[in-house]
Amino acid sequence: MTATLLIEQLLNGLGYGLMLFLLAAGLTLVFGIMDVMNLAHGSLFMGGAYVAAEVHTHNGSFVAAVGVAIAVVVMVALLLEVFLVRRLYGRDHLSQVLATFGLILIADDLVKMIWGPSPVMASAPAALAGPVELLSGLFYPAYRIVLLAAGVAVALGLYLLVNRTRIGMVVRAGASNRAMAEFMGVRVGRVFSLVFLLGAALAALAGALMGPITAVQIGMGEDILIPSLVVLVIGGIGSIRGALVAALLVGLVDTIGRAFVPMALATALPPTVVSDLAPAIAGLATYALMAGVLVFKPAGLFPARG
Amino acid sequence: MTQDKHASAAARWTPWLALALLGAFPLLAPALGLDFYVGFVRRALIFALAAAGLNFILGFGGMAALGHAGFIGVGAYALVALVNAGVDSAWILWPAAVALAAGVAALIGLVALRTRGVYFIMITLAFAQMLYFIAVSLRVYGGDDGYNLPARPTLGLGLDLAHEPTLYWVVLALFAGVMALLNRATLSRFGHALTGIRDNETRMQAMGYPVFRLRLAAFAIAGAIAGLAGALLVTNNSFVSPAVMHWTQSATLIVMVVIGGVGRRWGGPVGAGVWILLEEFTKQYTDYWHLPLGVLLLLIVFLAPRGLVAVLQRKPRAVIAASPAGATE
Repeated sequence: MTATLLIEQLLNGLGYGLMLFLLAAGLTLVFGIMDVMNLAHGSLFMGGAYVAAEVHTHNGSFVAAVGVAIAVVVMVALLLEVFLVRRLYGRDHLSQVLATFGLILIADDLVKMIWGPSPVMASAPAALAGPVELLSGLFYPAYRIVLLAAGVAVALGLYLLVNRTRIGMVVRAGASNRAMAEFMGVRVGRVFSLVFLLGAALAALAGALMGPITAVQIGMGEDILIPSLVVLVIGGIGSIRGALVAALLVGLVDTIGRAFVPMALATALPPTVVSDLAPAIAGLATYALMAGVLVFKPAGLFPARG
Repeated sequence: MTQDKHASAAARWTPWLALALLGAFPLLAPALGLDFYVGFVRRALIFALAAAGLNFILGFGGMAALGHAGFIGVGAYALVALVNAGVDSAWILWPAAVALAAGVAALIGLVALRTRGVYFIMITLAFAQMLYFIAVSLRVYGGDDGYNLPARPTLGLGLDLAHEPTLYWVVLALFAGVMALLNRATLSRFGHALTGIRDNETRMQAMGYPVFRLRLAAFAIAGAIAGLAGALLVTNNSFVSPAVMHWTQSATLIVMVVIGGVGRRWGGPVGAGVWILLEEFTKQYTDYWHLPLGVLLLLIVFLAPRGLVAVLQRKPRAVIAASPAGATE
């Protein structure tokens, strides 16, 4: 294994982890503050990817595409919040799982009606199509570098917003003890609406950015939802810091499972056995990590509620 | 549930009437031109079985497991592994599937039952995903593409499982048997203890009940029933692929139970029947069959949160119905 390959894979893992963080951040705050389990978060991600791909094809400007995607998804999220999610506060988690699972079914069919059943092509902006030489001999796609930069910037911004601003303080108060925050005069409901929209914007951003490097297709929301839920649970529900640490951890473990374990196995086992085992290990790795964490820390690494 | 003493006569004979109608269906179907639906109802019965098992832990035990399809998969692949090794007697295949699924459920339960609430939902999902990826990597049994059974298992006793109505009656008999057992279990000391734990775990612990072991036993029983459903599903379809244990299948099972009525005796089977019927018919009319089902889910959550059985019965009969929120935590 060469050093360049190692660095390349680690960067891929970091990028995946940061995108997971964009989703998990919204999920963890929504869950932490209002105790609402939103499975349809992945559908907002899918919406972002589709809208961005559509706008980018017609308009040619990737920045505009991302902007429009976020705007459209936030509008949809606003409608959802007002007409639906708001009515799920205080309901049991099972009802929330059920209602938002219903939303997934509806969203998947709406996307199918608008864009058809086959995947949509989303291309990276032309200026960023080529690779960049990071170190001598280490070429890395320019688009992925922009993705990493965007992920780091948003993560940093979110961290500052939640930990250093007044509104962030209110959000954290709501997440750690909602009833107490309400007694202290915080309008938790209003804060929550804002957080829900922020979460939707982050999901749309992640979808728009991920579009060019994954397949923009129906079901992509569910494919990323499950790893984001894993991140949420490992990090501890309601904790932004936990979500960040867990997202990077999951990104890393996923990359190790996908890229390095097969290589390590190949040195010891015959190739046929490795090709049988490799996909299982790649798929298993993050879930094994989650099960392991929950065995020792049943409320995640950084539980927001004391 | 002692309320059964006061149950109306209608409530008492409805299950028997349903059983008689289901039993007569393969005989009546040819005359009604519904031959195709014999296999369809059989599949519905198999899912009803799995949903009934899930309802037992979800409704009576308060364990919201989002990984139940994983155990269906374990049962299905246990059968496939034995068939691949040359076994063809259903007397070995089905019990082996049940035993393996119960064993796997017990092992998973040992870890998962340490957590509560949403963490439990998520950890059961994680384990089911692991089982899914293991199934995908089992190249011997077709991996992602799935495995075709060369022939249906044999049962002996003059019963030929390749004969469609015979398999139907065998499935129906197993379904009725499992429902009878589950209904006995919910009325037993074990069942009452389980409901007690759901409603107040600390108190049951203080009263000296082995809380963890009781929950684990219930979890393994539900896993065993799912394993049976898995074995029957492969027997029915002569085919299995990892898709049977995809997480959306687990979510669909929960949907079935909630539609029917969480913690209601017939909630699982009624929900499974309604969901599979709707799926089948909406698929006939439109490619966009997810949409109406999604709308239906929203309607159920907001208009009939206690499930269809509760709507049908109107008068709240079971104590359980008084605390639907308790079912998740």
